[in-house]
Amino acid sequence: MTEKKIRVLIAKPGLDGHDRGAKVIARALRDAGMEVIYTGLRQTPEMIAEAALQEDVDVVGLSILSGAHTVLVPAVVKKLHENQLSDVKVFVGGIIPKEDIPELLEQGVYAVYGPGTDTQKVAEDIFQAFNPAEA
Amino acid sequence: MTQIDPLAIRQGDRRALSRALTLVENNHPGSREIQAALFPHSGKAHLIGITGAPGTGKSTLVNQLAKAFRQQEDQKIAPKVAIIAVDPTSPFSGGALLGDRIRMHDLAGDKGIFIRSMASRGALGGLAHSTAAFVTVLDGAGFDLILIETVGAGQAEVDIARLAHTVVVVEAPGLGDDIQAIKAGILEIADILVVNKSDRPEAENTARALQAMLDMAHGGGSLSSAGKHMLRGNAGTKTIDNQPEHHWKPSIHLVTATNGDGINQLAADIKRHRIYLQETGLWQVKEENRLRRDLDALIKDMLLLQWQQKIDKAWFDAVLSDVIARKRTPIEAAEALI
Repeated sequence: MTEKKIRVLIAKPGLDGHDRGAKVIARALRDAGMEVIYTGLRQTPEMIAEAALQEDVDVVGLSILSGAHTVLVPAVVKKLHENQLSDVKVFVGGIIPKEDIPELLEQGVYAVYGPGTDTQKVAEDIFQAFNPAEA
Repeated sequence: MTQIDPLAIRQGDRRALSRALTLVENNHPGSREIQAALFPHSGKAHLIGITGAPGTGKSTLVNQLAKAFRQQEDQKIAPKVAIIAVDPTSPFSGGALLGDRIRMHDLAGDKGIFIRSMASRGALGGLAHSTAAFVTVLDGAGFDLILIETVGAGQAEVDIARLAHTVVVVEAPGLGDDIQAIKAGILEIADILVVNKSDRPEAENTARALQAMLDMAHGGGSLSSAGKHMLRGNAGTKTIDNQPEHHWKPSIHLVTATNGDGINQLAADIKRHRIYLQETGLWQVKEENRLRRDLDALIKDMLLLQWQQKIDKAWFDAVLSDVIARKRTPIEAAEALI
C-alpha cells in the first residue's frame, strides 16, 4: 500500500523579518492535508535549495516582503536546478508588484500570489500542479 | 522516476538518498530493492533518541549536539551525522507542520549532516511507522550517528526506547512537581537525562527532583552537571524488554541548548554510553531484540493484509452490525471473522 503526501517547503529568503503570511499559508496547506516543512526566517537560496533536497519536497513556497524578489527568486530557482530539483514547483507569495510577475513566471515560477489571496486557492493550485500518479 | 541506484546512496549522493527515503516513507514497491541493498551495510550507526515534552528544546538540543559531534577534537575524521525529526500529523486533515528545521539553521552548509523531517502519519508511539526503515537506509548509507527526535512526547510515547541505543530524555524547569518524576513511562526509558534551559532559576529544583527519582530506582548517586556518571552494580533493574541492564545509572545534565552550555559534556556522555553498551554486549542484545520486534510487526501487518484480501465484505459488514447492535462482543466478532 503506497500513500503519497504532497510535501511543501515554506521558506523566507532574504532579510525581512515578517513571517505572519508564511505561517498562515503553512497552516492552510497543513489543513489541506499536505506535509509542510517550515524553515523560518532569513534563509539564503543555498539553504532553501539544500532543505528542498534533503526533504525531497514537491513544492517550494517563497514568501518575500522585502522587494528583493527579482534577485532572490532567480537565485533560488538556480540553486534548485543545481541540486537537480528542476521538477520542484516554485510558488511565490508576498508583496510583488504586478509588473514583476511576468518576469518571475518566465524564470520558471509556477504562480505568484499577492496580499489577500484566498489560501484555499493556493492549496487548489498545488493539488492541480501536482499529479500523484507521477510519483 | 523510481529508479534509484543504491550504490549512489552508499557513495554519498544526497539526492538519491533523499528520494529513497520518500519511497520508503510511502511504502512504495521500489523501496524494497533499496532496503535490500542497504540492509547488509547497516547495523553500524549509533542510534540516539532525543525525546521529551513539547517545548522542552529538543530541536535546539539536537542542533547543538550535531555540531558538537562534528567538531569534537579527539577524532581524526568527523563522523557523518543524520537527523530524523518527527512531528505529529493532524488526525483531522492528515497534513502536518514540520517545524524542527527552524532550530537547525546552524547546520546548513555542512555536507556531513543530513536532516530529514518526518510526519508521524497516525502512529502514536512518538515516531512514524517508517522511522525504523529510515534508520536502516541512513545507517546503510554510511552515517555514523543518527539522531532521532521524537514527537513532543508526554508520558507514554516510548517507542524510541525500542529503536535507539541511547535515549536522551529532555526536561525543562517548571513542568510539574516531583510526582511527575516518579510516574511510569518516559523517565524510565532515559539513559541520559537533560534539564534544558538551565539558565532558568527553577532548573536546579527540577534536576534535584529527577535525581531523587533516580536514587529511588538505582540507590544513591550524585547530581552531575559535568557529565560524570555513576557505574553501579544493580543487576535486577529491568530495561524495556526485560534485558538486564547491569551497570548504567543515568546521569543528569544541566544544559542551555540556546547557547551551548553543557553540550560538550553531554555529547561525551552519549559516546560513553555507546562504549558501555559495546563492552557489556548490550549493543548486540539491543540489536537482536529490535530486529525480532521489527520482524514480529511485519508479520502482523502482512497477516492483516492477507486476511483483509480474503475476507468477504458482506459477511464482515453483517458481523460488524451485530457488534453495533450489541448482539455480539467485539471479541466474539473477531473470532468469528478470522
